[in-house]
Amino acid sequence: MADRAVAVRVAVSHAPAAQLRAVRFTWPSAPPFTLAVPDLTVAAGEKLLLVGPSGAGKSTLMSLLCGVVRPDAGSVTVLGSDLGAMRGAARDRFRGEHFGVLFQMFNLLPYASVIDNVVLPLRFAPARRVRAASNGGEAVRLLARLGIDDTTARQGVASRLSVGQQQRIAAARALIGNPEIIVADEPTSALDRESQSSFLDLLFAEVARTHATLVTVSHDPALAPRFDRVVALDSIATVKRG
Amino acid sequence: MIFRLALRSLANRWATATLTALAIAVSVTLFLGVEKVRNGARASFANTISGTDLIVGARSGPVNLLLYSVFRIGNATNNIWWTTVQDIAARPEIEWLVPLSLGDSHFGFRIVGTTPAYFEYYRYRRDRALEFRDGAPFADLFEAVVGADVAAAFGYDVGDRIVIAHGLGNTSFALHDDRPFTIAGILRKTGTPVDRSVHVGLEAITAIHVDWQAGARIPGLTTPAERLRQMDLTPKDVTAVLIGLKSRLTAFRVQRAINEFAAEPLTAVLPGVALQELWGLIGTAESALAIVSALTVVTALLGMAAMLLATLGERRREMAILRSVGAGPRTILGLLTAEALILTSAGALVGIVLLYIGLAAARPWVDSRFGLYIPLEPPHPREMLALIGVIGAGVVAAMLPAVRAYRLSLADGMMVRT
Repeated sequence: MADRAVAVRVAVSHAPAAQLRAVRFTWPSAPPFTLAVPDLTVAAGEKLLLVGPSGAGKSTLMSLLCGVVRPDAGSVTVLGSDLGAMRGAARDRFRGEHFGVLFQMFNLLPYASVIDNVVLPLRFAPARRVRAASNGGEAVRLLARLGIDDTTARQGVASRLSVGQQQRIAAARALIGNPEIIVADEPTSALDRESQSSFLDLLFAEVARTHATLVTVSHDPALAPRFDRVVALDSIATVKRG
Repeated sequence: MIFRLALRSLANRWATATLTALAIAVSVTLFLGVEKVRNGARASFANTISGTDLIVGARSGPVNLLLYSVFRIGNATNNIWWTTVQDIAARPEIEWLVPLSLGDSHFGFRIVGTTPAYFEYYRYRRDRALEFRDGAPFADLFEAVVGADVAAAFGYDVGDRIVIAHGLGNTSFALHDDRPFTIAGILRKTGTPVDRSVHVGLEAITAIHVDWQAGARIPGLTTPAERLRQMDLTPKDVTAVLIGLKSRLTAFRVQRAINEFAAEPLTAVLPGVALQELWGLIGTAESALAIVSALTVVTALLGMAAMLLATLGERRREMAILRSVGAGPRTILGLLTAEALILTSAGALVGIVLLYIGLAAARPWVDSRFGLYIPLEPPHPREMLALIGVIGAGVVAAMLPAVRAYRLSLADGMMVRT
């Protein structure tokens, strides 16, 4: 068990974080929506920005990458593991263990406390729980680094906080227990310009600290300067409707 | 964690959740309350008479005989001759025999002509004997012993004088007002028809009907009490007889012998068998009540399912968040099930508390008003089973919204396309 964990770690440091090969996926909606990704490789530790307008398949690409859906054809390999070969429950576990996900807005369970929201992924990811626990009080410290003071962190209900605060708490949730890959879907579009840049400063600082891979999808090319690589979605993926 | 999330999620919708749990609580109270009353009624009923091995009356159905002799409802089809009673009493199997003479009343309460042996041998609630709250059995010809309800209804005390009406009407004009009775004793409450009876000696029944013919007093004729005391007041006939046997094993033999009695057509019944037969008749209503109360539980649980289902739309975002942190659709299913479990358990718990508060409050009234004794005891294992059944049914009812949530979260994944 320990040997395998080490082996995975070693593999992570050399292999790409994620690799999509000849992937095709169709939502069984009406009309059907098909996304094809011939080849996309995300290097370990890379900060990648995928830019495209809405309807370009951003959400579908995220779902494939995080293993929420399985490709109809081709392969999605994350940290050396073929997601397509895993059963649903295994993919859910894998996502909890290796991904931190950040949505555009409404990131928090409105009824849960701030701390409960932050530690939520640990419930589903034993390895992340071990890493977070070995750093006792990680949630509060993480929140402090993201500019959430102690009183706010101890708030009983998260839904009363401002959008900016909610996004930072969501970032803390994505980062807690140091998952290898952070996936963010329009993380700043709900924020005003000033909050956007301070939020990104904090997010990038934390990502740098943990050497995580960051994949962000956005329609906003203004974010580009912060990333290692910027890719237009329509250059790597094709969308077909009907 | 899932449980805590479910709890917090419900707390977030506390108003709806409270109302839903309350609906379940009230239905559980009703359901268990009906069970308690059902069991109490059945027990009270079965315990109306015990210790008596045979009841004998004129030829009729066992239920009819039981109704008029024990429950004092309706009338005997016919009387039995006193000579017949003596013949039966002479049988070697018989340990004791208590004759009953019915037919008169006191403001709607039945007069029971009997012997002092009645107070010695009558048993109820398994082996409880009649007890005197005040006074003693009748000793004189014109003395009476009244049941607890009779005493309570008119505020009678030992020494008070009462008048007996001829026949059973509540407002009879044919009064035996020339022969008032003195109350010699008042019985303790039993929860049986004894409470609503006025007991006098067999001879007294004969005595008050001297000077009467065909249900009316012969005008101008009043035999002085002193003369009456010197007369032979042995009754010509009685209405029914309670019999105790030396050995229960002979019950069927004696019953057959009485049923085949040559001189007069008679019916002898085993009280237990007749009670069961009678309960079989009125038990249908009781079952209907149980079904109705069970249906209110089903209604409350369906309400809960509807409530959970109605919130799913606004909770798709929450499910997407859970999926994004690694929760599978099964966790979503578990969350919804946990919420249902919390709601039904809370409902069942509050329901039980309400039930016992209600029972404690209503018990004295139910006992005095209906003679229904409902013991305040911890839930019967069968009731606990029923409660577990309610919680189980709640979880089953939650499957509808839970499976829908499962499907939604499977289709939505991490995004909500609304």
